[in-house]
Amino acid sequence: MYRKLYYVWLTIAICMLYTLYSCHSSGGIAEEQVPDTISYNFNIRPILSDKCYKCHGPDASHREADLRLDLPESAYKALKDNPSSHALVPGDPMQSEVYRRISTKDTTEQMPPASSNLKRLSPYEVQLIHKWIKQGAKYEKHWAFVAPRNYPVPQVKNAAWPKNAIDNFVLQKMEQASLEPNPEADKERLLKRISLDLTGLPPSLALMDEFLADKSANAYEKMVDKLMATPQYGEKMALHWLDVARYADSHGYQDDNYRTQWPWRDWVIHAYNENLPYDKFITWQLAGDQLPNATKEQLLATGFNRNHKITEEGGVIDEEYRVSYVTDRTNTFGKALLGVTLECAHCHDHKYDPFSQKEYYQVYAFFNNVKEVGLQSTVGGPETYAKNPMMKISNEDVKKILTFVNKRDTDKLIVSIMTDSDKVRPTYILKRGNYDAHGDEVQAGTPKSILPFTNNYPKNRLGLAEWLFNKNNPLTARVFVNQMWQEFFGKGIVKSSGDFGMQGDLPSHPELLDWLAVDFRDHGWNIKRLVKQMVMSATYRQSAAATPEKLKEDPDNTLLARGPRGRLPAEFVRDLVLASSGLLNPTIGGPSVNPYQPPGLWENATSGRGILANYKQVHGPNLYRRGMYTLIKRTVPPASLGIFDASNRDQCEVKRLRTNTPLQALVMLNDPTVLESARVLAAKLLQDKSTSTAKITKAFRLILCRHPEQKELAILTSYYTDELKTMKKADAEKLLTVGEYPVPANLDKITLAAMMKVVDTMYNLEEAITKT
Amino acid sequence: MEKDFLENRLNINRRRFLSRLSLGIGSVALGSLLIPDLFSGKGDEAEADFIPGIPNFAPKAKRVIYLFQDGAPSQLESFDYKPKLREMMGQELPASVRGNQILTGMTAKQASFPLVGSFYDFKQYGESRAWISDMFPHIGKIADDICIIKSLNTDAINHDPALTFFQTGAQQGNRPSMGSWVSYGLGSENKNLPAFTVLLSKGKGNGQGVYSKLWSNGFLDSIHQGVQFSSGEDPILYLNDPEGLNRHERRKMLDKLAELNDMNYKEFGDPEINTKVQQYEMAYRMQTAVPEIMDVSKESDDIVKMYGPECLIPGTYAANCLLARKLSENGVRFVQLYHQGWDQHSNLPQEMAGQAKDVDQASAALVTDLKQRGLLDETLVIWGGEFGRTNYSQGKLEKANYGRDHHPRCFSIWMAGGGIKPGIVYGETDEFGYNIVKDPVHVHDFHATILNQLGIDHKKLTYKSQGRRYRLTDVAGNVVKGIIA
Repeated sequence: MYRKLYYVWLTIAICMLYTLYSCHSSGGIAEEQVPDTISYNFNIRPILSDKCYKCHGPDASHREADLRLDLPESAYKALKDNPSSHALVPGDPMQSEVYRRISTKDTTEQMPPASSNLKRLSPYEVQLIHKWIKQGAKYEKHWAFVAPRNYPVPQVKNAAWPKNAIDNFVLQKMEQASLEPNPEADKERLLKRISLDLTGLPPSLALMDEFLADKSANAYEKMVDKLMATPQYGEKMALHWLDVARYADSHGYQDDNYRTQWPWRDWVIHAYNENLPYDKFITWQLAGDQLPNATKEQLLATGFNRNHKITEEGGVIDEEYRVSYVTDRTNTFGKALLGVTLECAHCHDHKYDPFSQKEYYQVYAFFNNVKEVGLQSTVGGPETYAKNPMMKISNEDVKKILTFVNKRDTDKLIVSIMTDSDKVRPTYILKRGNYDAHGDEVQAGTPKSILPFTNNYPKNRLGLAEWLFNKNNPLTARVFVNQMWQEFFGKGIVKSSGDFGMQGDLPSHPELLDWLAVDFRDHGWNIKRLVKQMVMSATYRQSAAATPEKLKEDPDNTLLARGPRGRLPAEFVRDLVLASSGLLNPTIGGPSVNPYQPPGLWENATSGRGILANYKQVHGPNLYRRGMYTLIKRTVPPASLGIFDASNRDQCEVKRLRTNTPLQALVMLNDPTVLESARVLAAKLLQDKSTSTAKITKAFRLILCRHPEQKELAILTSYYTDELKTMKKADAEKLLTVGEYPVPANLDKITLAAMMKVVDTMYNLEEAITKT
Repeated sequence: MEKDFLENRLNINRRRFLSRLSLGIGSVALGSLLIPDLFSGKGDEAEADFIPGIPNFAPKAKRVIYLFQDGAPSQLESFDYKPKLREMMGQELPASVRGNQILTGMTAKQASFPLVGSFYDFKQYGESRAWISDMFPHIGKIADDICIIKSLNTDAINHDPALTFFQTGAQQGNRPSMGSWVSYGLGSENKNLPAFTVLLSKGKGNGQGVYSKLWSNGFLDSIHQGVQFSSGEDPILYLNDPEGLNRHERRKMLDKLAELNDMNYKEFGDPEINTKVQQYEMAYRMQTAVPEIMDVSKESDDIVKMYGPECLIPGTYAANCLLARKLSENGVRFVQLYHQGWDQHSNLPQEMAGQAKDVDQASAALVTDLKQRGLLDETLVIWGGEFGRTNYSQGKLEKANYGRDHHPRCFSIWMAGGGIKPGIVYGETDEFGYNIVKDPVHVHDFHATILNQLGIDHKKLTYKSQGRRYRLTDVAGNVVKGIIA
């Protein structure tokens, strides 16, 4: 059995590679070859799911001709409309109605019908179906709903290359595709990469010098350990989780007034820094309040499920909103922790995945017992900055238990958290998802196809957390490991990191994903260990250079034959600029702040109520906090961050878009933060007693994190010299007015402005804000 | 017509290309960017389902200007004339009329629901003899150019979900806005301007705010996001170069950047580097194009007179209407205006008069202006809010002071140009102005119709995200044939 499965995976892998390979060769479809063994999971289900399940799938209400193609027993049996025919006759495509309908030229018979707006199957897909039926039309359970297996680490030809098990899995696929891995990236680029990936900040000059000077064999590992031990590691790791948890500093909805949920954010940073194991990290967030003798820290962690939007609009129908909060928690649970689109079963049975609407409401039942109301209060003072159930955080707490909460004043501080009512609120299926259309009553439970919720678990959130971390849960470990892979390699092994279901992408390296998941689980859900494993791999350390050949054969870098390269997340773009100029204020946590923002954005969009109606910019050191501390007002999220694809925190988000737009160019060119940083760094450089070449080199190292090439230096130096000659004093004076940080009085204005322009040019290089 | 069709077809290629590359707004000097390898690369998120057929049929409209009246203006004081309510002033809303309508928390506990007629008189205008309230005399004058729909209805009863529903086809947010769908479907007509722009203004009436999610690209590429133009110093965020840096200096810097970036490209081969260079060029062109558009100083006195003197005050509704015409004239596909302040729960007669004064003249002027320029045929203008208002008073009813609560069952909007029948009134409500009795138009139908006028079959404009093909009209929507010319 074991060997057989292994063989299947292997075949699949080869088939996939072949497909990929042939797709990108010039000939296209005609040259694609149908694999020898057809896999239902990898070859057939994607076609059926995409083209057939809409009408012949799990959703009973839209099923046509009473035919289901997602279940073998239903697909094999005689057709209801025509009992002499069968949709699938294993071994005999010509007798199978499915094959006939997808291959016919008769437009009245063809499937999918023209009216469905679904494209017809390609000739290649038709051939796949033909061969699959011929080989017995065998079904398999969807790969993601089978518990991950412990695959052996594969052998590779180039045994010298792998540094850990990850590399064996990756190299095996490269070798099958006749691709060679890239050499290791040069030390400077490598340091930039790990520094950004592990702390979200560029390395300091001292760190660069230290690493360049360290010729020992484990210099890289030492640096990894060092970076992971900094408190900035927790900040870096937290950012992704803030997206997942839809963390924000306002309640959302129309008045969108302030909330004080930031102590929960401080806890996330703390948890990552303390390396709280993933099972605890999640259990506390899901059910910290239900743990025996729950600590204040565990209570605070449950703020996770209260980060959703909460209305303050007078006159709303209370139950409508309460239902929307429970719905948000349910959807977040599905997407963030299970990596499935559970929300699709909110109004009807899921059209593609085996989740019934009833099961949706069974999951919903876990979150439906919170002591909360839809509208607790309209816009008001500090007493409205959290909603029941809530906890108070006193200065005493901060001294003793919640030491990581950055509370600097003696004001009352409240945070929304989870507490259930003693009396269980009955849960009903909501017909079409409408809050007031009660259907049958349901009990708390989970989708059977993932893992049944047996009577061994308590029927509360704590039980749900136990279920999540059951060894047989097929999704929990895979989903998190995949999210982490996405963080370090730019995209997940399953590219659709929020959808492991049938409509999602198939894993590019299924065995590796399983191996990582099992390894992670078996080593105590140790997040730091997982992270280190990834960044220590030879796969991760490769140079990102893409030769034309590699670009042609693998444009998306699916096979990982080159290192990751990509633009930084919005917050880290800001951090890079501030850190390299020396302006960055390294304070961790505390209330969010309002740095520079173009005027009028909040004012033009507000109802006029609440303390966020007008933008009150901060001054002094708080202007230079990391991007993750910029106050997020949901209805008008921070402009410069949004332009770089930051989440608006409206809903759970597990993956950001990464776009490249002219508005981003305008931010880099004209955002006062960038200009001010250029000015401040220029002023610092000019205080050095060194040549202008040395000054420019230093700035280059701070911003690009490497020494400039001779030609680069020549271009920048000549630009500087040229500016010195042509700059007018009046222009220089104007240019230097940007930003609130003082300009040193002792510097010549023209010299400073000329250097500022050179530094600013460096900030605008594509490479500056790119992980290289 | 055939030429339009061909033109749109040509746009498709450009749009597809742009979207694939995340290249940015409009077309750029693409020749230099033709890297064949890029085409084989799949999109990063979900695959874009490009339907080669778009436009699915010859479009009537090329562009849309949507004058959104944020907060929900009362239909009973604007376009739905109900003399019966005046007759029955102060009498109780019959339970049979109300039926099972759920009320908002603001009036649900009200002991009585006294009917209230319009404080303002109505007159009939034009050949269509449409009834329009005295608060909108200028719109009255263009009655024969517009199509009034009195039978709009929606699913939502609160502002946030209702606005979101109108703009994105779903109440919960994080879906692409209508303008984003149109940008995605048809691309840009102007290489120096975004395809979807947003203009905000504010009246003195009770306001409810607007939210950037209303012009969000949702799961579509962010080049389809609505770009907010503002009346401030920076008409687009971060558009202006810092003081002390002239165009020549900026050009010089961009040249250095291009040179340095190119060195990096030669070493790393990442196509994103070249894209970045092109984006900087696009940004540079926008820096010239946008201020030119914003400059109203060259508008003739007649135009200023037509829109009213406020059109010279940046940030007013009138100024935004004039700007909308200019943007649209320059090929911006979708210009979305929001005028806030229409939420009259109390003090309606006074507040609404102020709101009407803000918008009446300029809205009418926009239609007339487009018509005079021969652009109305290809530009669809829409005027309306997110739901209607109750026929009974919220709070105490006094003759000159009353309020109206939210009412999703029926409300009025109007459309002009873009192949919509001019000079008609479509749909009917009962004599209480509470229920629709003829030709209901649901929000999904409204969306389907707008897309139809742009040459798009609303069922075919889809995008696959998180395993599902989404459309603006979700799983519903029928084109309202009765209003199509």
